[in-house]
Amino acid sequence: MPWTPAAKRYNVRLILLTLLYGVFLTSAVYGFKHHLVGGALAWIVAILPALPLIGVFAAMGRYLVEEQDEYVRMLLVRQMLWAMGFALSCATVWGFLEGFDLIRHIDGYWIVAAWYFGQGIGACVNRVTLGARVACS
Amino acid sequence: MREQSHARGSGGVLVMENRLRVLRAERNWSQGDLAERLEVSRQSVNAIETGKYDPSLPLAFRIAELFGLAIEDVFVSPSRAN
Repeated sequence: MPWTPAAKRYNVRLILLTLLYGVFLTSAVYGFKHHLVGGALAWIVAILPALPLIGVFAAMGRYLVEEQDEYVRMLLVRQMLWAMGFALSCATVWGFLEGFDLIRHIDGYWIVAAWYFGQGIGACVNRVTLGARVACS
Repeated sequence: MREQSHARGSGGVLVMENRLRVLRAERNWSQGDLAERLEVSRQSVNAIETGKYDPSLPLAFRIAELFGLAIEDVFVSPSRAN
């Protein structure tokens, strides 16, 4: 696994954002469960857990920009394309199934989980076709 | 057919043949040594050597300059390979 300087910085950002996500999500769940928030504050608290996840997307973009090793960068792009294709495919199929009342509704943020899972698929494809691994797989 | 002489990388994409492994061996360098000199990962050197990845033009020039050769002495032009 090539731990380039850019990959190390990305991992530090990822850890910090994950911790922040945990704090925000726990706080939001607690706040809503105990009816501590309302009005405009409720909107802010509800959106808070989304911000670190958006930050992860930004961190990945920054990693792509900062990564100096062009081969590693290509692996990352391939991985992200797999993730995007998988997540959008899941959303499309689920949308039609739900539209025809064949399955229940799920919250939209699960598309992020599908995207992360797609990253794993992309990493496996890189591993199988190129024998390669990248730091964020 | 000319295309049949070219190496094929991931997904069947044609890749350039190169003399990187030979040039490296002549200098008794490991893949890690070459990677360090080029400031890329060892994985990158391995991918280029094994024909899984074609380097960009700037990296190809860096490789050629490191060995003190012209770029066409390291990489085989796809139109001239046979």
